[in-house]
Amino acid sequence: MFDVVIIGAGVVGCSIARELSKYDLSICVCEKSSDVASGSSKANSGIVHAGFDAKPGTLKAKLNVKGNKMFDRLAAELDIPFRRNGSLVLCFDDSDTSHLHELMEKGIENGVPNLSILSRDEVLSLEPKMNEDVVAALYAPTGGIVCPYEMTIAMAENACSNGVQFLFNQKVINIIKEESTFLIQLENEQIESKIVINAAGVYADEINNMVSAEKIEIKARRGEYCLFDKAAGALVNMTIFQLPTKLGKGVLVSPTVDGNLLIGPNAVDSEDKEEKGTTKEGIDEIIKKAELTMKNIPVRQTITSFCGLRPRCTRDDFIIGEAKDVPGFINAAGIESPGLTSAPAIAEMIEEMVVQILAPGRKLDFNPIRKGIPKFREMNHKERMALIAKDSTYGKVLCRCETITLGEVLSAIRRPLGAKDLDGVKRRTRAGMGRCQSGFCSGKIVKILAKELGLSEADITKFGGNSKILLGENKEISEK
Amino acid sequence: MEQYDIVIIGGGPAGLAAAIGAKEEGIDNIIILERENCLGGILGQCIHNGFGLHTFKEELTGPEYADRYIQKVIDLKIPYKLNTMVLNMDSDKNITAVNELDGSLEIKAKAVILAMGCRERPRGAINIPGSRCAGIYTAGVAQKYVNIDGYMPGKEVVILGSGDIGLIMARRMTLEGAKVRAVVELMPYSGGLKRNIVQCLDDFGIPLLLSHTITNIYGKDRLEGVMIAKVDENLLPIKESEEYIPCDTLLLSVGLIPENELSGKANVQLSSVTGGPEVNESFQTNVDGIFACGNVLHVHDLVDFVSEESLSAGKSAAKYVKGQMYENRIEIMAESGVRYTVPKYVNLDIIDKNLNIRFRVGNVYRDNYVSIYFDEERVIHLRKRILTPGEMETVKLSNALLKQHPACKRVTVKVEGE
Repeated sequence: MFDVVIIGAGVVGCSIARELSKYDLSICVCEKSSDVASGSSKANSGIVHAGFDAKPGTLKAKLNVKGNKMFDRLAAELDIPFRRNGSLVLCFDDSDTSHLHELMEKGIENGVPNLSILSRDEVLSLEPKMNEDVVAALYAPTGGIVCPYEMTIAMAENACSNGVQFLFNQKVINIIKEESTFLIQLENEQIESKIVINAAGVYADEINNMVSAEKIEIKARRGEYCLFDKAAGALVNMTIFQLPTKLGKGVLVSPTVDGNLLIGPNAVDSEDKEEKGTTKEGIDEIIKKAELTMKNIPVRQTITSFCGLRPRCTRDDFIIGEAKDVPGFINAAGIESPGLTSAPAIAEMIEEMVVQILAPGRKLDFNPIRKGIPKFREMNHKERMALIAKDSTYGKVLCRCETITLGEVLSAIRRPLGAKDLDGVKRRTRAGMGRCQSGFCSGKIVKILAKELGLSEADITKFGGNSKILLGENKEISEK
Repeated sequence: MEQYDIVIIGGGPAGLAAAIGAKEEGIDNIIILERENCLGGILGQCIHNGFGLHTFKEELTGPEYADRYIQKVIDLKIPYKLNTMVLNMDSDKNITAVNELDGSLEIKAKAVILAMGCRERPRGAINIPGSRCAGIYTAGVAQKYVNIDGYMPGKEVVILGSGDIGLIMARRMTLEGAKVRAVVELMPYSGGLKRNIVQCLDDFGIPLLLSHTITNIYGKDRLEGVMIAKVDENLLPIKESEEYIPCDTLLLSVGLIPENELSGKANVQLSSVTGGPEVNESFQTNVDGIFACGNVLHVHDLVDFVSEESLSAGKSAAKYVKGQMYENRIEIMAESGVRYTVPKYVNLDIIDKNLNIRFRVGNVYRDNYVSIYFDEERVIHLRKRILTPGEMETVKLSNALLKQHPACKRVTVKVEGE
């Protein structure tokens, strides 16, 4: 019997898990995939929004601004990269500048600090690569960038270190409300909990609708992105949005916190909640739109493109709180943008609800500090010498494009909630994220995973399930 | 701080030959820095034969060919460090490297030879739409799994791109029991050697679909199939011609990119055509004392030419250490059909033997001529039955010819109809 079961190990579920791990509670996170950050949390813009976009008074507005303020401390505690690089909303038409002012007013009402309108010349002096047709921009110095999966992993690791249990490859089949508890039927087992928190991303409607008569609907809204080589990472300093016009919402152009350049996303509603393929039309669309922001999008330096799914709620705001007809069942649903920014604030909001229901005591030995994997690539000569002297595996570079060492890969596999597949290693270390897209290191990492996990190389997957890298030994196929 | 006369970055075929060249020219204080756990580079996984026909007049496998050079490096007592990754280099030839034994290494070199090879163009670089499932590999990655590790990446295979590694892998996968459904090539001609098309596809009845591409990739966890389509003259897919091919594996052989991230850090000027450094007849880059050879310079079809070029680069570097200076006196112009030349610059005064000019053409030409002009004078006019982008061309300028034109201001290489 758990006190709290959280469904979904995305950034919202893991933030909640970490927040609740401060209390004397038995907590379990159930995840249908093989790793944390396997849904919307792994493929999004990675933006810590300032908070001028959401409609004043909404949960989105409130939690965005609150969440934004929490990031400096969070990044320090969790040892994750975070940069307040600021953001601009570009306006390309004199007749639209009134909308820019409206956006600023909205931001002020939401409580976003230090907003200002910049002239064309000011924009171009701060961001010389911008399209010179820009007429003005809204500047938000509190905007930032973060790595969404690294943040999720860090939240989860810290929660795990503080006693939260994680179940992977465990899809929730059904939830049955008993008198004072819930029976949660998983694929291979059944668990019981006093409180259920629904953080199931694009599937949050299915989870809610299992127990509540107050049905909700979550659609998957596809968003495609292109990611460019680090050689293009310094083309912009800030996150650059476009002022929405009657032609549409536009796309962003942003550096990533790891130093690449990112453009996207488009927005296409999808019936299929697993459809994460990219399309030629989608990629063409985002490149074309990004060219409004910056004329020379370095298409030749594309290293990958990907598609993420946003959990789009038909109610147009986050759904956070206890289902009216099901005491103890708490939703954190419809967490689309600015969900990443809001996640820490959502966690605090849910913490209050759980405290009210269960009145748990504080855990005396809660440790908010999580130490990340040492980043060899960011060290100086002296630091490298010291690290290699302590552990020589940090002297063996496995991923040449991103300069990731064997030591880092081993740490990714051996730490709490360690990596079990290639994508798990990639998202924890960046091995395979560079310009060769894992060509040179994937074979080596398959071997290391097999050895560390006590498996055959043929058992290693890209991301769990049936995503096997190798289909057997040589000649084996024809013999069968 | 360790000091060397010559540091060779990379212990593949280029680095090995360069080291031998430098040693034979009398320089002993040499080191080869190799990031993998053995010398020989990519040859180790190229277990097919066909190597060495030019160099040794016999047919060797890749590992056998590499071994001849490795043995020579050992016999000549040329030092090397394995598992050593070069992380940085500046134009003053200060090098930072790392390995498990020495930790973080700081090295000062009088001359550097770049021999880092190339990498395969990945899926992302050509933006093939569709699922991001498992089962999609570059041909070289698959080659390593099969030939080194003994594992099959799949059993029902489609190959995109007809570069040589893709063709070789079509045969290899077939021999190991897989079914290769098709090799799909965007261009109306193959990017690989004719001999590989015959020996690796035709002999096994594997269809080569020219002017075709892949328009979508399907599969949730593991690849389930690809959509292919014909392309029009603008290389755009023709929707009506789309055809679904079920397969569990897609291999990509869509180009090789010289791996010059390190060169860029030392301000080495790169060609926008080859992606490799622009060098002169002595294989020196625009940075004094930094030389380049092998696939980091331009992608070769045959290792024999890599060895020949690299031996020469090694000798040039040795002479540089002994005081010889090189300059880019004349530019070699690549015109009408010729995409680039190596070398890009030449100083006729210092050439004491024949000069090889290597180049690739940008299209298929039948019954055309390769011409070389010294200023306005056509000095070479060679009839070629066929010229294709997949095959590197070499024109040899004899020393006697060079000596006849000491005042030449410009050399031009072009394809001519007559």
